[in-house]
Amino acid sequence: MTTLQTVFEKARAEKRAALVGYLPAGFPSAEGAIAAATTMVEGGCDVIEIGLPYSDPLMDGPTIQDAVHRALVNGTRIADVLRTVEAVAATGAATLVMTYWNPVDRYGLERFARDLAAAGGAGTITPDLTPEEAGPWLEASAAAGIDTVFLVAPSSTDARIEKVVRCCTGFVYAASLMGVTGARETLSAAAEGLVKRTREHTGLPVCVGLGVSNGAQAAEVAAYADGVIVGSAFIRRLLDAPDEAAGLAAVRELAEELAAGVRA
Amino acid sequence: MSEATMLSAADLAGPGPDEHGRFGIFGGRFVPEALIPALDEVEKVYREARNDPEFIRELDHLLRTYAGRPTPITEARRFAEHAGGARILLKREDLNHTGAHKINNVLGQALLTKRLGKTRVIAETGAGQHGVATATAAALLGLECVIYMGAVDCERQALNVARMKLLGAEVVPVHTGSKTLKDAINEAFRDWVTNVDNTHYVFGTVAGPHPFPEIVRDFARIIGVEARRQVLELTGRLPDAVAACVGGGSNAIGIFHAFLDDTDVQLHGYEAAGHGLESGEHALTLTAGSVGVLHGARTYVLQDDEGQTIESHSISAGLDYPGVGPEHAWLKDSGRAVYHGVTDEAAMEAFALLARTEGIIPAIESSHALAGALELGRELGPDATILVNLSGRGDKDMGTAMKYFNL
Repeated sequence: MTTLQTVFEKARAEKRAALVGYLPAGFPSAEGAIAAATTMVEGGCDVIEIGLPYSDPLMDGPTIQDAVHRALVNGTRIADVLRTVEAVAATGAATLVMTYWNPVDRYGLERFARDLAAAGGAGTITPDLTPEEAGPWLEASAAAGIDTVFLVAPSSTDARIEKVVRCCTGFVYAASLMGVTGARETLSAAAEGLVKRTREHTGLPVCVGLGVSNGAQAAEVAAYADGVIVGSAFIRRLLDAPDEAAGLAAVRELAEELAAGVRA
Repeated sequence: MSEATMLSAADLAGPGPDEHGRFGIFGGRFVPEALIPALDEVEKVYREARNDPEFIRELDHLLRTYAGRPTPITEARRFAEHAGGARILLKREDLNHTGAHKINNVLGQALLTKRLGKTRVIAETGAGQHGVATATAAALLGLECVIYMGAVDCERQALNVARMKLLGAEVVPVHTGSKTLKDAINEAFRDWVTNVDNTHYVFGTVAGPHPFPEIVRDFARIIGVEARRQVLELTGRLPDAVAACVGGGSNAIGIFHAFLDDTDVQLHGYEAAGHGLESGEHALTLTAGSVGVLHGARTYVLQDDEGQTIESHSISAGLDYPGVGPEHAWLKDSGRAVYHGVTDEAAMEAFALLARTEGIIPAIESSHALAGALELGRELGPDATILVNLSGRGDKDMGTAMKYFNL
């Protein structure tokens, strides 16, 4: 059984949704990201997505753009991303890399898949890699034994969902709304319908991301999805904190709130 | 009885790409899944439109009575004396309404927006010419218009910002990244994915995800279609070479395309070499970049060893872009077109030279092609004829020129 399968199995046994947290490597610093992600796991995240900082994050809102920009200014490289994955995976949490396509393309597909697997990574989430372009990556990932997560969106037709889920292993990432990453006051009503439509095409767990920022929203999503994905809200806590210790405390508090939410 | 159109469906439909939007290994779609249905819809509606006589008639009417097409060819005799005596013919896209070739693509896409049933257009702009053209078409057709422009570009092209505002568009300065064209494109994509229900993204160049490279090229093809006919009429034969500047590459594709099958006609693209290749401050995507993925397509990219985009530099905002249209990448690799670099200095020399010898002030972007033609003329000799795409006029560049020449 893969790490991700174990996570979703356990969550299902406990009759709750899994909690997935996102943080870019190198933010607020190389060590700071490891500390924050570890804290997220301690606070109740079952899965961690480590973002690979990229210069042109065109599906991210201002919060993640800001964090990623700082990570790049800090000189974050792919070796740092892999080192972060290794440290976080060592906590026992399923650890994935979320990345725009070009860095992987440039690094080399086989090499990236192999190095990620060697670091203990469970797989990748690739938001701008479409099924039409994904063939070589699916092969490289299968050979390295890592999962490949792709996104479906409220605008996806059923034919499109079918095409996307056929590329997915581990879980399917359902984008809750039409838009970029970032906290929203109210969640889109489109998400529940999308999860339902996605389940008609796959037996894989379906996790919902984009816009979730507090325990109540996590509970709302957990009622119909297998997992709840939170990113910008964690980053916001770190950005707003006066120092690292306060940032970590705020991250822990949020993780605990969300963890209670997925169990509500 | 309806009048005969200047434009035909055949003028629009160029060869390629394949069904996945690929030119060889280049092109394709690397975008969030949320945008796929919108891209599919644009592709479908465009294919219907370009085979619909009514659409052709409407576009033709706007091109003739609004944009001012056909644009003339001007022979630049005094300028040519500096090019080893080769004959230099200028395709006068600077004479289009709004001052550049960009209006060709924008009128086509604005009509498409209507067919898509959308009420709002967004666009990115570098030099501001595409933004001005989009704002113009939006005013004409009654569409809401938002233009994304890098904060650095807003400053160096302040006049165009004022024009867009006067035309009723909202101009959003983009403060992220290098604050130039690539960041404006990122921001426009973010808007699009959020507002795709009522919004069409009027992409301004032959880059981006499929079908943009094809659509923008098809609407720009008129430049070469006209020029080929005009050169034949004027000289009785085809030119020996065609020269155009390349940023994203739309004016270059526009003039190259009608000559693709004329294998005796050399095609030369001129990228911005900025302060020179060695300085690292340039926009030599095809000449010095490597294959990667940027803004939704596989193409040549200025990137570091880990795939991070490297910021480009050029004195001309319109060429200051670290990517390039995938069809150019394909033309380069196939050898059909050749790409060179022209420094800021050489471009500004050509800019001043054309003003003094011909009484035409070109855009600094187009001045890169002019500088290339000077060199090409000396190489090909006095019997050669060179067709240069004078893609835009230089009014917008007066601030830069005043500073550069201490005017």
